Amino acid sequence: MSLYSARRRRNARWMGLSVAAAGFGLFWLLLILAVLFWRGVSGLSPAVFTQMTPPPGNAGGLLNAIVGSLIMTVLGVAIGAPLGMLAGTYLAEYGRHEKLALVVRFINDILLSAPSIVVGLFVYEVIVAPMGHFSGIAGAFALAVLVVPVVLRTTEDMLNLVPNTLREAGAALGMPRSLVIRRIGYRAARAGLVTGVLLAVARVSGETAPLLFTALNNQFWSVNLNAPMSSLPAVIFQFALSPYKEWQQLAWTGALLITLAVLAMSIVARALTARTADK
Amino acid sequence: MPKVNVAAPATRTRNEAARGFAASDNFFRRLTKGAAIFVLVLLGGVIVSLIRGSIPVFQTFGLGFFTTQIWNPVTEKFGALAPIYGTCVTSLIAMAIAVPVGLGIAIFLTELCPISLRRPIGIAIELLAGIPSIIYGIWGLFVFAPFLQQHVQPALIGFFGPIPILSAVFAGPPYGIGVLTASLILAIMVLPFVSSISRDVFDTVPPMLKESAYGIGCTTWEVVRNVVIPYTRVGVIGGVMLGLRRALGETMAVTFVIGNAHKISSSLLAPGTTISATIANEFTEAVGDLYTSSLIALGLILFFITFVVLACARFMLMRLEQKSGK
Repeated sequence: MSLYSARRRRNARWMGLSVAAAGFGLFWLLLILAVLFWRGVSGLSPAVFTQMTPPPGNAGGLLNAIVGSLIMTVLGVAIGAPLGMLAGTYLAEYGRHEKLALVVRFINDILLSAPSIVVGLFVYEVIVAPMGHFSGIAGAFALAVLVVPVVLRTTEDMLNLVPNTLREAGAALGMPRSLVIRRIGYRAARAGLVTGVLLAVARVSGETAPLLFTALNNQFWSVNLNAPMSSLPAVIFQFALSPYKEWQQLAWTGALLITLAVLAMSIVARALTARTADK
Repeated sequence: MPKVNVAAPATRTRNEAARGFAASDNFFRRLTKGAAIFVLVLLGGVIVSLIRGSIPVFQTFGLGFFTTQIWNPVTEKFGALAPIYGTCVTSLIAMAIAVPVGLGIAIFLTELCPISLRRPIGIAIELLAGIPSIIYGIWGLFVFAPFLQQHVQPALIGFFGPIPILSAVFAGPPYGIGVLTASLILAIMVLPFVSSISRDVFDTVPPMLKESAYGIGCTTWEVVRNVVIPYTRVGVIGGVMLGLRRALGETMAVTFVIGNAHKISSSLLAPGTTISATIANEFTEAVGDLYTSSLIALGLILFFITFVVLACARFMLMRLEQKSGK
């Protein structure tokens, strides 16, 4: 009997700890979100979307930063996603049993886990240093390097989920391999592929470190890809560390905007995968 | 597909059509293979450019670069010891907090939580894992660091003051920013990763196994301890390693609150620096080849550290899989 109650007590102790851990962890995470909304919403106004980043001590908006972020993210994904998808296709379809696929898979894992700031250094060495100046295109390229491994991984995983019988059915009709992949593989895995791209967008849209010394920052309106370009994360970094109240407020508002965008994309991605899982 | 079928017999012979397919087939295959090779080249490029960029440093300082603490841009003396130390210490403290709490959350979600709350909490945690790290950084700077400075750090200093060794670990004025603050923020940031991955792998345990254990009278804790954790060991280690990699390479969450001081202090409350924070803070302002090169060398070291962690994780997983295979 005493053994039994000792076990019961032990169970209660550990389960109590587990509940406490859950409460503790969720408390901090929700606290961060609550503070972010509270501080961010108070600075939301039309001016944020219509005016440029202000000089110290003045009111202003984040328009150039928002546009810069959009341009670099879209370009980065436009460069990185097709590359990742094609390479992922090779791993899942052609190279399943080849040595090269094994190597690429391992290398991709390394790239996936490479700290984003290292990617920034790489792009600085390869593009910024030879060009002699910071530029939006360098920022876009840095983001593209981050997109490739994410998309590659999801593409491979999703194509691997496509049943082989589907491919065989296509082949039995006389379809060449490339058509089987494009018309059957891609179509069956479409939701998954889109999810991969969305996840990649969500990942890079908040990236700051690789932009700091590739696209740098720009106080003014600029859509010139050959010149330094502003981006939301870089502006947040600069403004948050400044002593000016207006800048700090804009930093919070910018942080809220990024978070909302990332959350929206993650939710859409999740809804897409949930729908295919239901089918 | 329909287009091809309708058009082919009228205009082309069977052989021509087959040749056309073969050509486009080959092209697509080459294209995908080219993309795969490009990924290899990309990594090669990263490594080569980092090594090339850091050559001047190793020519000047040799291996002393790893063992010196001095970081003086004015006299051009650079050593990587302080950032390496900061990176390792902050990551280890962060993991020491995040792993138990994350596992606790995962156990709570899979065993204890009411079914109706499981999905919402699980989804919330996964969404939190996707939030950009700069958000954690800005929160740490404006909210968490002042809170620690006013309420927690004085208490720590007072509490550990009389205890011999710990008094040195929690010594000094409460700055608010410092190694401890950075570690705590890293822990909060890594938490969603560890818990959502652990939850996923806990969910893979066949219900039959758990039910059998419950059936012979095990308590929930005994089921977790003796069935769930042994069954999912490999996955949990994978999740922990992923979290560790995030913590090691994390830049923005740390840069805001670590204080960027190039010295190794015995006190966790003192400002310090990490590799990524040093690069983020100083790279654009670095003048002179040696300064820039030192920062790139730091990047190379960071890359190497994360690579070693990845390789260790892979090796461990392989060993475990082999064992369970027997």
